[in-house]
Amino acid sequence: MSWLSQYVRPKIRTLLGRREVPENLWHQCPACQQMIFHRDLEKSLKVCPHCSHHMRATAAERLAWTFDPETSVSIELPKVAHDPLRFRDTKRYAERLREAREKTGLEDALRVAHGTIGGHKAVVAAMEFAFLGGSMGAAVGEGILAAARLAVLQQAALVVFTASGGARMQEGAISLMQMPRTVLGCGLVKDAGLPFIVVLTDPTAGGVTASFAMLGDILIAEPGALIGFAGPRVIEQTVREKLPEGFQRAEYLFAHGVVDRVVPRGQLTATLAQVIGLLTVREAA
Amino acid sequence: MREYLDFEKPLAELEGKIEELRHLSDPQGMNIAEEVAKLSEKAERLLHTTYAKLTPWQKTQVARHPERPKALAYIEGLMTDFAPLAGDRAFAEDAAIVGGLGRFRGRSVLVLGTEKGTDTETRIEHNFGMARPEGYRKARRLIELAGRFALPILTFVDTAGAFPGIDAEARGQAEAIARSIEASLAAPVPYIAVIIGEGGSGGAIALAAGDKVLMLEHAVYSVISPEGCASILWRDAASAPAAAEAMKLTAEDLLRLALIDAIITEPLGGAHRDPEAAIAAVGKAIEAELGPLLLLAPAELKARRHERILKMTSEVGA
Repeated sequence: MSWLSQYVRPKIRTLLGRREVPENLWHQCPACQQMIFHRDLEKSLKVCPHCSHHMRATAAERLAWTFDPETSVSIELPKVAHDPLRFRDTKRYAERLREAREKTGLEDALRVAHGTIGGHKAVVAAMEFAFLGGSMGAAVGEGILAAARLAVLQQAALVVFTASGGARMQEGAISLMQMPRTVLGCGLVKDAGLPFIVVLTDPTAGGVTASFAMLGDILIAEPGALIGFAGPRVIEQTVREKLPEGFQRAEYLFAHGVVDRVVPRGQLTATLAQVIGLLTVREAA
Repeated sequence: MREYLDFEKPLAELEGKIEELRHLSDPQGMNIAEEVAKLSEKAERLLHTTYAKLTPWQKTQVARHPERPKALAYIEGLMTDFAPLAGDRAFAEDAAIVGGLGRFRGRSVLVLGTEKGTDTETRIEHNFGMARPEGYRKARRLIELAGRFALPILTFVDTAGAFPGIDAEARGQAEAIARSIEASLAAPVPYIAVIIGEGGSGGAIALAAGDKVLMLEHAVYSVISPEGCASILWRDAASAPAAAEAMKLTAEDLLRLALIDAIITEPLGGAHRDPEAAIAAVGKAIEAELGPLLLLAPAELKARRHERILKMTSEVGA
């Protein structure tokens, strides 16, 4: 034991010990405010056991929950030039990128892996909302393209979990061009006769919704997820009226015919396996 | 009466004075004519220097100028035999996007445009150029029609963006835009888009994923309005000029980033000072781009269009 662990550690422990509720053991549901023990939360896939509120999940959790155990391999995504516009608002974009990378351990707002779902080959791309609001710039566009190309190469289904505030403003029109780029990407998968399934999670908005996210062969939404093109605040300011109850939520979209299904998180993997199976295995054994 | 922008104030004063002098009935007419000529020359120089170094925010103002020629002006100016077509066949006709068949230089084409309107009545009729899903669905329908009849597609883009409304969201605004992009990328015919004013975000790209994208000199093209960007990143809409600067939304910026293919020079003082000349310049530019595209087989055309889009990552011009 070094002097550091002997000396520094106990001090930290006493600091933590003074807290009434260690934050790593108990979580509060943002919807019903009830406390949830961390093991229960893990078991429920971050769905509140009291009110069924679906909390936001990381891209890593999405991948872990979706693939059959021990079948997934992460792929490294193509690198793109950072900060092409040398963008600066109240803070430099380069600085925001650095912070987001530190916070998430990711290069950008997307993780991609391949493996199997219910025994069916699949490439899964999951957006990371914690990385600059999951916004889509060149790196995310490139990542979606890479995932699509990999799916074609492996003759696998492509599943994308969206979680994004929209285009990344700090990349200006380059981010806008990721809309047609990702549309081309999912076109590659469709042209190859492979399933392209989008799982819309909270929140999915702007340029992401208005490009590849709405073009899935099958669209699945998580309960309560906010999904739309314009943000609710912008709409409220434009039309100057109160938004209807449940507006832009998954259930609202379902009622308006925008998505195929609203599937609770616990049933997502089984649903994906079922749908991919029905689309690709035409004769059951 | 000409509408002047804030930064055109010195110009407004000068041109006001010229007008005043012109209406003076002075016995010493000769001197007045001389004075008018002198002032006119000064005004032109001022116009030249002002417009030679517009800031991105000033360009945004010019791009939104109420007297700037709108999509229908280009359609009327450049097409003969125009036959407007309407409706998405599902819900409604959306006049924010206008379209139809017509002849451009004698050749049958399909034309689409986001139309802002020119006075209060037409602005309301066209919803200020902000389309609802019906508009994008009509666009998609017409793009597919052009494909079936091998007609080149010309689009004139001038929109603040897709309409952010409750009804638009309820009817699938995002899906409608995505499908319009998809149809644009798949069209087996030449597709030329011209950003004539504001190229606002998803509402613009829905009609601009073509083979060639041209931009008028003072048009702007961006992922979000400077005001929107400022209110999110600066938490203050008044920072719009800074946001306009940072987003690199001018034609020059976009050409440098290789996101557009050419810039069309505007008449001195902007397209609104000489709409006819602006429309003619756009016609000439379209003609020049269309020729080579007409020689390509559909598969080659699409392959090049896709290649063009696939190159648009941050490595380009970075």
